[in-house]
Amino acid sequence: MNTKSAKNNEQKLHWLVRPKTIKGLWIVGIVVLAFVTWLGTLTHPHVKFGIEGTFAFSSWYGFITCVGMVIFAKCIVGIFLTRKDTYYDD
Amino acid sequence: MIDVLNIPPAFILIFGAFLLPFLKGWSRKTFILILPLITLAAIWQVHDGVQITAGFLDFELQLVKGNNLSRLFATVFSIMAFAGGLFALNRNNVIEMVAAFAYAGSAIGVALAGDLVTVFVYWELMAVGSTVVVWSAQTPESGRAAMRYALVHLFGGVVLMVGVIAYAQETGTIDFVHMQANSFATWSILIGFLINTGAPPLSAWLPDAYPESSWSGSVFLSAFTTKTAVYVLLVGFAGTQFLIWVGLYMIFYGIIYALLENDMRRILAYSIINQVGFMVVAVGIGTEMSINGAAAHAFTHIIYKALLLMSAGSVMYMTGGKRKCTDLGGLFQSMPLTTLAGTIGALAISSVPWTSGFISKSMTNQAAFDEGYAFTWFCLVAASAGVFLHAGIKFPWFVFFQKDSGLRPKDPPWNMKAAMILFSILCVWIGVQPQYLYAILPYPTDYQPYTQAHVIDMLQLLLYSGLAFFVLLGLMKRTLTITLDFDWFYRKLAVDIAAKATVVIGKCVNIFKSLTNKLISSAITLATQHHNPRGVLARTTPAGIMTFWMVMLLCAYLVIYLFV
Repeated sequence: MNTKSAKNNEQKLHWLVRPKTIKGLWIVGIVVLAFVTWLGTLTHPHVKFGIEGTFAFSSWYGFITCVGMVIFAKCIVGIFLTRKDTYYDD
Repeated sequence: MIDVLNIPPAFILIFGAFLLPFLKGWSRKTFILILPLITLAAIWQVHDGVQITAGFLDFELQLVKGNNLSRLFATVFSIMAFAGGLFALNRNNVIEMVAAFAYAGSAIGVALAGDLVTVFVYWELMAVGSTVVVWSAQTPESGRAAMRYALVHLFGGVVLMVGVIAYAQETGTIDFVHMQANSFATWSILIGFLINTGAPPLSAWLPDAYPESSWSGSVFLSAFTTKTAVYVLLVGFAGTQFLIWVGLYMIFYGIIYALLENDMRRILAYSIINQVGFMVVAVGIGTEMSINGAAAHAFTHIIYKALLLMSAGSVMYMTGGKRKCTDLGGLFQSMPLTTLAGTIGALAISSVPWTSGFISKSMTNQAAFDEGYAFTWFCLVAASAGVFLHAGIKFPWFVFFQKDSGLRPKDPPWNMKAAMILFSILCVWIGVQPQYLYAILPYPTDYQPYTQAHVIDMLQLLLYSGLAFFVLLGLMKRTLTITLDFDWFYRKLAVDIAAKATVVIGKCVNIFKSLTNKLISSAITLATQHHNPRGVLARTTPAGIMTFWMVMLLCAYLVIYLFV
C-alpha cells in the first residue's frame, strides 16, 4: 500500500524532478565529466607557465578553486559579515 | 537624412524621450520601439573623426566623434534601449521610460563624445536619469536606495569635474584622449570613472540600488552606467596596470558576495561587478587583444546580463514581486520560456562554448596569457569557473529548479517574451558566428576562439565547477541573510553615530538649559534680594540718614586732606 502511494506521489512529480531522473542525471553527469577529462588528453595546449600543462589541469583547477571560493565565502566572509536580511530595516 | 540634419544621435533618444508623455496607447508603444532604431541608424551615419562641434568658453566641444570603439558601444546601447523598451512596453509608468531613454541617450552621448566637458555633461545626465529609474519603482526602499545612489554618483561627478577642470588648467586642452595617471588631474578623472564601474571601495552602490528598481528598470540599469565607465577607461587609461588589481578585486568581490546572497536580483547585481572586473583587467593589460576583449565583452555582457535580468524581472512580474531564492524554485514547470531564457543568459555569462560570453571573455584571458601575466591569468581562469558557480548555475538553479516552491506563474506577456527571445537568439548567434562582432572591434583581429584545446579546456573548467556546486550544495543552502558591505559605513555606522550624537547633543543642550535656568534664577533671586521694596538697594531711607553719611564722608575727606 505504502509502496503504491509512494509510486503515485512520484508520478505526480514533474518528470525532471523524479528521484529516478535525478539519479539518471548524476550518472550522465559523471560520464560526461569522465569523457571531457579523457578528451583533454587528446589535445596539446600551448604551455607557458608550466602547471597548466599538467594532466586535466582545467578539471582539477576548476574544481579546487570553486571549492576554495565557496569555503572562503561561507566559512570566512559569511561568519563575519552575514546578518539577517532585516538588518537595515530595524 | 539624419546625417544632413547634423543632430548628435544622443539627442534623438534624449529629446525624443520627453515626447513620450504626450503620446498614448499604441502611438506611444510604437514610438518607444522606433526611437532607439532611429538612433541606431544615426549612429551608423557617424564617420571617423570629429563630426559635430560647438563653442564653450574658450574651448571647442566635440559633441560627436566617431571611431570603431565609440560606434561599437553606441550601437549596443541603442540595441539595449530597443530591447529594454520592448520588455517594458506593458509597464504603466511613463516617467520610468522617459528617464530610461534619457539615460540610454546620455550613455550614447558619452560614447560619441570627443572632449571631457561633453563627457562630463552626459555623465551627469546619466546619473540623473538612472536615479529616476531606480526611484520609479515607487516603493519606500527604492526611494531610499535612489537617494544613496544619487549621493554616490554626485560625489563621483564632483571628483570627475575637479579632474576635468584641473586637466584643462594643466594641459590647456579638453580633448578626450589617452592619459597617464600621473597627476592630480588625471587621478581625479580616473577615480571619477572608476566609481561608475563599481570599483572598490564604493562598489556597494550597485547591489544596493539596482535590485530596488522595478522589474523593467533593472534591465536598463544593468547596461549603461558600468559599461560607459568601461568605455571611458578604454579611451583614457588603457594600459594603466594598476587597473589589473582593481579589476581582479572586483571579479572576486562579485563572486564571493553573490555566493552568499539570497536575493536573485542582487546575485545578478554582484555579477555585474564581477563581469565589469574582467573588462577593467583587460583595460589594465592594454594590448590590442585585451582592448578588443574588453569591448567585445562589454557588448556581449550587456545582452546576456539584460537577458538574465529580463528573466528575473519576468519572475517578479508574474509572482507579485518575489525575488528571494528562499521563496522561489520549481518555476520551470510553469514558466518554460522564462526558464530557457534565464538558462541561456546563465550559459552565456559563464562563457559556455557556442554562446556569446565564450567568444568575448576568452580574449581577455588570452591577452593575459600572451603577455605572460601568470598570476592574472590563473586568477582569471579561477574566476571563469567562479562565474559559472555564482551566476551560471546558482541563478537558474535556485530560481527555476531546486525545491518546488508551489508557485505556478505563467510566462509573462508577449512583449516581455519577445524581448527575451530576441536577446536569447543574439546570445547564441554571436557565440556561433563571432566574426560579425569581431569585424566591428577597435582593432582588426584573427583570434580563433574555437580551437579544440580551448573548447575542451573551457568545458572541463565549467563542468567541474558544476560538480563543485552540487557537491557543496549543502553549504550553498539559501538563508534569509544579507552580507555587510562598505555601505554599512554610511547606512549603519554613520546613522548610529548621528543618532548617538543627537542623544549626546540633546543631553548637553539640556544640561546647558538647566545651568542657564539656574544662573538666571539665581540672578533673579539676587536682584530680588537687593531690589525688592525692603532690599538694601531699593528700600527708601530717611533723608537724615543720607545727610549723616554725607557729613561723615566730608569729615573723612577733611581729615585725609589735613593729615595725609
